[in-house]
Amino acid sequence: MRSSAIEVTGLRKAYGAHEAVAGVDLHVEEGEILAFLGPNGAGKTTTVEILEGFRTRTAGEVSVLGQDPASAGLDWRERIGIVLQESQPEEYLTVAETVIMWAAYFPAPRPVAEVLELVGLADHRDQRVGRLSGGQRRRLDLALALVGNPELLFLDEPTTGFDPTARREAWAMIDGLRDLGVTVLLTTHYMDEAQNLADRISVIAAGQIIAKGTAADLAEAASLQTRISWNAQEVPLDELPDQLRAAATVFDLAGQPGDSSTSAAEGPARLAIFTNEVTDTVAALLQVAGRLGHKVESLEVQTPTLEDTYLALIGEADRAGGLNR
Amino acid sequence: MNTRGLQQLATQTRFDFVLLWRNPLASFFTVVLPLIFLFVLTALFGNDLVTPVGPKLASRFVPGIIALSVVQAAFVNLAIVTVFRRETSILKRVRGTPIRPWVFMGGLVATAYAVIALMAVLMALIGWAVYDVDLLWKTVPSLIVTLVIGGAVFCALGLAFTNLVPNETTGPPFLNLVVLPLYFVSDVYVPATDDTPQAITLIGDIFPIRHLAVALQGSFDPLSDKSIWPVTNWLVMAAWGVAGVLIVTRWFRWTPRS
Repeated sequence: MRSSAIEVTGLRKAYGAHEAVAGVDLHVEEGEILAFLGPNGAGKTTTVEILEGFRTRTAGEVSVLGQDPASAGLDWRERIGIVLQESQPEEYLTVAETVIMWAAYFPAPRPVAEVLELVGLADHRDQRVGRLSGGQRRRLDLALALVGNPELLFLDEPTTGFDPTARREAWAMIDGLRDLGVTVLLTTHYMDEAQNLADRISVIAAGQIIAKGTAADLAEAASLQTRISWNAQEVPLDELPDQLRAAATVFDLAGQPGDSSTSAAEGPARLAIFTNEVTDTVAALLQVAGRLGHKVESLEVQTPTLEDTYLALIGEADRAGGLNR
Repeated sequence: MNTRGLQQLATQTRFDFVLLWRNPLASFFTVVLPLIFLFVLTALFGNDLVTPVGPKLASRFVPGIIALSVVQAAFVNLAIVTVFRRETSILKRVRGTPIRPWVFMGGLVATAYAVIALMAVLMALIGWAVYDVDLLWKTVPSLIVTLVIGGAVFCALGLAFTNLVPNETTGPPFLNLVVLPLYFVSDVYVPATDDTPQAITLIGDIFPIRHLAVALQGSFDPLSDKSIWPVTNWLVMAAWGVAGVLIVTRWFRWTPRS
C-alpha cells in the first residue's frame, strides 16, 4: 500500500471573524495526481499555501511528506516543487541561465538539459526570458519547479492563458510526471484539465470539502444522470412505451424544455431522457424505432462531464447556504 | 558558511550582476549616471584649486560621486530590484526552495559591492587621469573601510525601505524622492563651504549620505590629516545600518503587497 504524501485533518484558517478554511480534510497518496477544485474565494489558495508552508494555520493537523510545513526546515523544501499561480521569472536572463541559477538552490538538482527537454524548452535555451510567449514562460515556471527533483509538486493553475494546443502539450508533460513518481497537487479552474490528469478530485466550497473521489464518484454524489436524446421526428413521444414517455422531456428548437404539444408535428424538437439505465433505455428506444421503420441517426448519449458535476455540486452547496456564510 | 553556501552565493552573485548589467535602466542609473554627473560638475564649476595651496576642485567632486555610486548601487538599485522581485512573486518562490534567505540576498549585496569597487576605481582613475586628482595611498585603508561600511549600511537601509514601497511601479520614483533631496544637502554634488547655510549641514548631518560623502572626501584631501580615520562618520553610518538591520529582521516581506 502506498503511503500518503499529504495528510490533512480538520484544517482551519481564520482571519478575524471570517473563517477562510473551515475544517478541511485532504489525503494525497504518493505518486498520485489530485485535482483541488473550487470557486474563487473558496479557500483553495489558502489551503495550498498552508501546505506549502507560506501561511500558518489556526487549527488542524497537517503532514506534508511526513512533516508539518509550519515548522519544516530547508531539508523539507528540497523535496517539494512549487508553481505559483502568478510569478514572473527575471526577463533579462536566458532560459538556461534561469534554470542554472535555480538549480544551484538545490543539493541534488536534475541536469539542466534534461529539465529543459522535459518541459519542451530545449530549443529555447539561449532565448531571453523576456522574449518568451506566455505559454513558454509557464513551461519555464514548471522547469524551475522540477529542477530540484521534487517528490511533491504543487501546481497552481499551471495552464491558465494557454491556447488549446499548448494546454494539451502541458497535460502530456504533467501526465509524464507520473512516470517519474512525482506526487502532484493540481489546482485548476479547467474541468477538462482535472478530468484528463487527476486520479482523484477534491472540491472545496466555502472553506469545506463538499465532494471527493474520482470523476465518476463525484458524478454519482451530484446525482447526475446520463442524457439520452434524439429528434422527436425519428421517434415521437406518442410512440414511446408508457414508462419511457413518462420519463421523457421535450426540448424546443432553442434547447429549452417545452411541452408535449411542441413535439413531433412541429418539427425537429428533441426528446431527452435522463437515466442511469443507459443500455436498457437505448435498447427500448431502438426497438420502437425498428417497429416504426425509422433510423435514430440523431441519437446522442451524453454522460455528465466533470464540469456538469462540479457546477451541480457547487450549486447544491450554494442552495444549502454554504457559500453565503 | 559551508562550501555549498559559498557556491550558491557565487552563482547568485554572478546572475545578479548579469541582471544588473543587462537591465538598461538599472545599469544607467548605477553606472552611467554617476559618470555623467562627474563630467557635468567639473564642466559647470571648473577645476580650479580649492585654496591657493589646496587640491583641485575635482578632488571634492570625485569622492562625492563615489558616495553617489554607493547609494545608487546599494540603496536605490537593491531596493528597486527587491521590490520588483517581491511583487512578481520571485521572492515567494525562492522562499519555497532550500536556499538560505541571506545567501539569496547576499547575491544582491555582493553585486552592490562589486559595483561600488568598480565605480570607486573608475572615478579615482578618471579623476587622476583627466582632472589631476591626487591619489593618496596613505588613505586607501580608510577609503576601503568607508566603502565597506557604506555598502553594508545602504544595503541594509535599501532592504528596510522596501517595506515602505507598495509596488514595483512606485519603487523608482519613491526611492529617488528619498535620495535626490538628500544628495543636495549631503555634499554629494557640491561640497559644503563656509557659506553653506547651517540648516543645510544640520539636516545633512542627521542622515547617513553626508557622513559617507565627508568620509570619502577625507580620503582624497592631501591637507586633511584629521579625516584620514573618520570614526564619527563611520559610527553615524553604522547606527543607521543597525536600524536598517533591525527593521529588515522584523518587517521584511517575502510575499507581494499588492
